[in-house]
Amino acid sequence: MPDGGLPVIAHFEVRHRNYLAPDGSINRPLPPFASDAGLLTALYRAMMLLRNFDRKAVALQRTGRLGTYAVSLGQEAVSVSVASAMREEDVLLPSYRDNGALIWRGVKLEEILLFWGGDERGNHFSGPVQDFPFCVPVGSQAPHAAGVAYAFKLRKQPRVAVCMFGDGATSKGDVYEAMNFAGVHKMPVVFVATNNQWAISVPLRLQTGCETLAQKAIAAGFIGEQVDGSDVVAMRAAAEDAIAAAREGQGPRFIEAVTYRLGDHTTSDDALRYRSADEVQARWKEEPITRLRSYLVGQKMWSKAEEEQLAAECHERVEAAVERYLAAEPRRPETMFDHLYAELPEVYAAQRRELAGEGDA
Amino acid sequence: MPEMTLVEAVNLALARAMEDDPDVVVLGEDVGINGGVFRATVGLQARFGPERVLDTPLAELLISGLCVGMAAQRLKPVGEIQFMGFLYPCIDQLVNHASRIRNRTQGRLTCPMVLRTPHGAGIRAPEHHSESTEAMLAHIPGLRVVIPSSPDRAYGLLLAAIRDPDPVVFLEPTRIYRAAKGEVEDNGEALPLDVAFVLREGRDVTLISWGAMLKETMAAADALAADGIAAEVIDLATLKPYDEATVLGSVAKTGRCVIVHEATRTGGFGAEIAALIAERALTSLLAPVARVTGYDTVIPMARLEQHMMPSVGRIVTAARKACQFS
Ligand SMILES: Cc1ncc(C[n+]2csc(CCOP(=O)(O)OP(=O)(O)O)c2C)c(N)n1
Repeated sequence: MPDGGLPVIAHFEVRHRNYLAPDGSINRPLPPFASDAGLLTALYRAMMLLRNFDRKAVALQRTGRLGTYAVSLGQEAVSVSVASAMREEDVLLPSYRDNGALIWRGVKLEEILLFWGGDERGNHFSGPVQDFPFCVPVGSQAPHAAGVAYAFKLRKQPRVAVCMFGDGATSKGDVYEAMNFAGVHKMPVVFVATNNQWAISVPLRLQTGCETLAQKAIAAGFIGEQVDGSDVVAMRAAAEDAIAAAREGQGPRFIEAVTYRLGDHTTSDDALRYRSADEVQARWKEEPITRLRSYLVGQKMWSKAEEEQLAAECHERVEAAVERYLAAEPRRPETMFDHLYAELPEVYAAQRRELAGEGDA
Repeated sequence: MPEMTLVEAVNLALARAMEDDPDVVVLGEDVGINGGVFRATVGLQARFGPERVLDTPLAELLISGLCVGMAAQRLKPVGEIQFMGFLYPCIDQLVNHASRIRNRTQGRLTCPMVLRTPHGAGIRAPEHHSESTEAMLAHIPGLRVVIPSSPDRAYGLLLAAIRDPDPVVFLEPTRIYRAAKGEVEDNGEALPLDVAFVLREGRDVTLISWGAMLKETMAAADALAADGIAAEVIDLATLKPYDEATVLGSVAKTGRCVIVHEATRTGGFGAEIAALIAERALTSLLAPVARVTGYDTVIPMARLEQHMMPSVGRIVTAARKACQFS
């Protein structure tokens, strides 16, 4: 060794959390909340709703009634569990793939369809009014989360900002800059990286030389944990711990949710160009919904009858939302100027009138 | 009324805004104990504490992104970028988030932030410290771009920017930070945004400029007056959205227009004004609209920088030519 016996001045470790094996059996004693059948089945229902919603959204896109859409297939456990661990007054800063979190927080299905259908009214959120809209420029929401958390801290509010992004986003300076700042000020913010192994066609090994994404938190001075992101129990437990710690003033946390994107990147993508069907097939054995169902059924917390009823409910809820989405009044073109500024400056008001066909060129 | 420099007026406005509104937060690199590299935030941390006058890590994208998050929570962040050459990492946040979050969310979230940065050349600074890329910012819908040209306008416009419910980029003319002196009353009164200031009235030719370049423009108006040419001088002050009515009204009166800016010519903001006049005031024109601008080159370092910036002589020549045209 060329180090001549130099002393080690710091040790770091990264832990991995998992409770449910892919077949639904238990690897270690479950956290206390898991005895709450109501909560576990609620998580299950939310994941099922999301999967149904995704399927319908893709069908709408294929038939020209929706724009590009990003499915959560295979990674439903992540955003649902994270949102379920938040309080209403917390603020979510999602990436474009976090439908599950938005739905859990009360954003209406038809609003999400409006957004992907190309209508800003979808971002109006009748639900959590302070949550951020989907963020499309990858990772650029992370500094916002730090700013939101700073406001909470300044006002001494016991609230937490929860920021979600993908593995690709962790390559961006934005994410590191935000984490670094959060570390400096022990900010009430939780960063959740959904490591679904792919950033469009770029696999994780070309995204980072790190063994884990969780260790990126170490450079920012706080705890990063790797969690089995297809195990909703582990995700919920990790999110709960991290959010509680942040709320209590212990500073930020980072969760790497290791999961797999079973679908295409978006409806504009064909994943077969860059990964094999065999790879995807193998990963289907780990997916989160069957995993939880196996556990629930094994524990007699879930029955065939409930499954059938849930399927019907999901179908009904999604279809009703689609109907409302398709029936939404079209916006008048000149409304694109609305909410541009608090008060539209006269020079742009003239352009608005022009667009409205009210003379004025 | 006390006489002060432009940068002292900035400091005064920041202090006043922080005093009046506990939601105002100042953040940036070295803004705390050091009071900012230009001393614009001097004394604020001692007065308002380190939570409201926040020394950030050295990360410009972060500063602008933090502002967006704070503003969405209805704080009023005033971020400082040390030099305009380091503003570029903020462009993503300005274009994609600050300027459009209100529109994207249909008014659910808003972004009442200010991003301040020194603007322009002429202080013999190192490379990347002398940028004047305001046109790039003025192209962004939903943003306001403001440049004061005197201490009292710096005070009044900065107060207005901080109180404005939308994001404002506030460009402070570095070259006259200390060179411009004037009386400023700390009365807490804001000046209107989106409004141009007529600094001097005249019949014969309209000279339009902003920021530090008004110094040369006013000197040119003096020189022209000695020739018997009465120049009207307009300080555009807000570039986005800009006061088209004042520009058009003045050109209708004088029939001649010279636009002066330090930024490079191609795609500069002068082109926008010239296009407006061509579209809306062509028939009142007695001469082609002229631009006196920086050349289309990288801003040279100290030894040559004054040759890039419009001189009084270049402005006078252009104005005379306009007056002599047919
Ligand atoms: C800043 C930025 N660069 C490029 C893109 C185009 N793009 C959209 S998604 C994506 C991959 C993101 O991967 P990841 O962060 O892992 O999230 P995932 O899509 O897998 O959920 C890219 C490159 C973008 N939206 N934003």
